[in-house]
Amino acid sequence: MTTEQNERLIWVAHVTRIRDHKDEAAFAELFAHFAPRVKAFLMKSGADAGLAEDVAQDVMVTLWKKAHLFDPGRASVSTWIFTVARNRRIDALRREKRPEPEDLGWGPEAEPDQEDIVTFQQESDALAGAIAALPAKQRDLIERAYYGDLSHSEIAAETGLPLGTIKSRIRLALDRLRHAMK
Amino acid sequence: MSSIKHHLNDALLMGYSAGTLPEAFNVVIATHVSLCDECRARLEAFDALGGTLLDDVDEAPMDERSFASCMTRIANADRVPVPAAPVTDLPAPLAAYVGGCLDAVSWRRIGGGVSQAILKTSKSATVRMLRIPGGVEMPDHGHRGTELTLVLRGAFRDEQDRFGPGDIEIANEDHVHHPVAEPGEDCICLAASDAPLRFNTLLPRIAQPFFRI
Repeated sequence: MTTEQNERLIWVAHVTRIRDHKDEAAFAELFAHFAPRVKAFLMKSGADAGLAEDVAQDVMVTLWKKAHLFDPGRASVSTWIFTVARNRRIDALRREKRPEPEDLGWGPEAEPDQEDIVTFQQESDALAGAIAALPAKQRDLIERAYYGDLSHSEIAAETGLPLGTIKSRIRLALDRLRHAMK
Repeated sequence: MSSIKHHLNDALLMGYSAGTLPEAFNVVIATHVSLCDECRARLEAFDALGGTLLDDVDEAPMDERSFASCMTRIANADRVPVPAAPVTDLPAPLAAYVGGCLDAVSWRRIGGGVSQAILKTSKSATVRMLRIPGGVEMPDHGHRGTELTLVLRGAFRDEQDRFGPGDIEIANEDHVHHPVAEPGEDCICLAASDAPLRFNTLLPRIAQPFFRI
């Protein structure tokens, strides 16, 4: 395993410690790593430093409160925090509600096994590698889309991004949830 | 659920994941994704892309007192409960805008037996529910922007194809179409548009400002 793979699994374990033991030390480490990134992400999306600071705190509080809703067989901790930050950004900057897809009601009966988690977190690493290896022009387009500088009509209908493998993994995790819900 | 044939495209999924689409579009996309695991998996792949951006961003230092203030808020906070299964015949994101079940929709007749209910969203685009009796044609219209039409009940056909429950049609400005509800039950759709519809016949054009369609 590369260092980065270890890192993703360590963050997953931190969230589990918060979920199971309200572990403040684990939260402090997650905070030190992610809060400054969330703040920077918000500032790049057009928030001033004060608002970005507030929203970043809010995102971290949400992480604590929703630790039991995180599915590590389907998302990395970075991805999960990204989705929370994005939703809070819509609320704070645009003052709009963010309709979200119906929750799949994931509970203990659907808990992914350790092997699924390791495989998924490795796949998240492979995705990060594939994105880093894209031509600078394409990476620039992704950044402009995610930081709000590109309207949907300016995003190419077929983006041609290397998302096929991670999509297949997520699809398997969804099938597992559907099965457990029956 | 596997019967869904018409899906979202990458541009809309990426825009929804990035959080840059109008609220009206988000309602339609969240509703389709609630019904379609294939698009849910594609969407979450785009979310994973957003996660890689968060990994790569340069850090902006937090205030010294931030962590302590977070811990104070946490001490006073309750855990968010696991959401209960919704008691509604509509997908959860749509139920939230309608305020309950299909029966709770306040329909208004707009002529030709067709009814609509406009949902309250921000003004950059509009979203409404449409109820079209079986066999009835929708007014002939073209589009100045993008229009998304998601079928909830029944089905319609146009020059392109047949659209049944869960199917989404994505139309742009080059697209003049004549959707007709299939004979039988009412066709109920959720439709979002980022520009007012442009009707090609006189009467609906006069009625358009009045009914906000």
